Amino acid sequence: MFKRRKRAEAEIPSASMADIAFELMIFFLVATTFDVDTGIGLVLPPAAETTEQVKVKQSNIAKLLVNAAGEVLLDGELITVPQIRETIKNKIKQNPKLIISIKTDRETSYSRYIEVLDELKLAYNDLREEYSLRTFGKSFKDLTRDQQEEVKKEIPIRISIAEPEEVK
Amino acid sequence: MKFKKKFGETKPRIPTASLPDVIFQLILFFMVTTTIKVYDVKVRYILPEAAAIEKIENKRLVSYIWVGRDGRIQIDDNIVQLDDIVDIMYRKRQENPNVIVSLRIDRDSKMGIVIDIQQRLRKADALRINYSALQKL
Repeated sequence: MFKRRKRAEAEIPSASMADIAFELMIFFLVATTFDVDTGIGLVLPPAAETTEQVKVKQSNIAKLLVNAAGEVLLDGELITVPQIRETIKNKIKQNPKLIISIKTDRETSYSRYIEVLDELKLAYNDLREEYSLRTFGKSFKDLTRDQQEEVKKEIPIRISIAEPEEVK
Repeated sequence: MKFKKKFGETKPRIPTASLPDVIFQLILFFMVTTTIKVYDVKVRYILPEAAAIEKIENKRLVSYIWVGRDGRIQIDDNIVQLDDIVDIMYRKRQENPNVIVSLRIDRDSKMGIVIDIQQRLRKADALRINYSALQKL
C-alpha cells in the first residue's frame, strides 16, 4: 500500500502583487493622452475705438489680400500660396520691422485663410531657426527656454489683421 | 525571579496579500473623483489642417468657440447668437484676464463669420486667439 506523503502547504508569495498593481497604474497613467489643443496662435489688435490709431510707415507694411476666389495678392502682386513663405522671408530679411497685414474678403474660405496664415508662420519659424543657428549654433527647439524667448524677442511675429470694412 | 519571554519563537508578519486591494481601492477612488471637463459639442465641424501649429501650453486658460458648417456658434455647451459673444467673452475675460480663445471653426466656413467673431472678441478685449487646426502631414 502507498502511503501519501504529507506535504508542506504551498504558498504563492503575494507581497509583490502590490508592485504589479502599481506598475499597471503607472502604465495607464503614462499611456493615457488627452487630446491636446493645437492650432495657430494670434493676438488680435485691440478694438479700434479704444486705442488711438498708430501710424505706421507704409514701407513697413506688407499687405496681403485674399479675395473671394482664394487668390492672394501681396503688395498688389498676384502670388500663389506656396510662394508666400519664401517671398515673406526675403521681405522680412530686407526689412526686419515689416508688419504683415492680412485682409480677406467675407466670401474667402476659412481653409484658404488658414493656409495663408500657416505659410506666414512657417516663414517666421524659418527665420527663427536661422537666427538661432547663427547665434547659438543650435536648432530652435534645442535651445533653453530663455534662449527661445530671446530669439522670439529678436524676431517677433508681426502679423496684423486689417480692419474689415463696415458691412452695410 | 526570572521572567520568561512568552513570544519570540515565531516571527510576527504583517499579511501583505491584501495590499494590492488597497492600491486598487486607491485607483478606483481617484478614478471616481477625477472630473474632466468635457463639452457637449452640438455643431458639426471639421478642422482645417496646418503645418506650423503649436500646442497650447496652459489648458486652464482656454475657452472655446465652435462654429459649425451650418454657421451656428457654440460657446460652453450653448448655441449663441453673434451679438451674445461680446457679453460672454467679456465676462470670461474678467474671470480670467489671460484667456485664450480657441476658435474651432469648420474648414468650409466663409471668412465673413470669422471676421464677425473676431470683431466681437476685439470689443470684448479677448485678444489672444488660437485657430484650432490639425497637424498637416
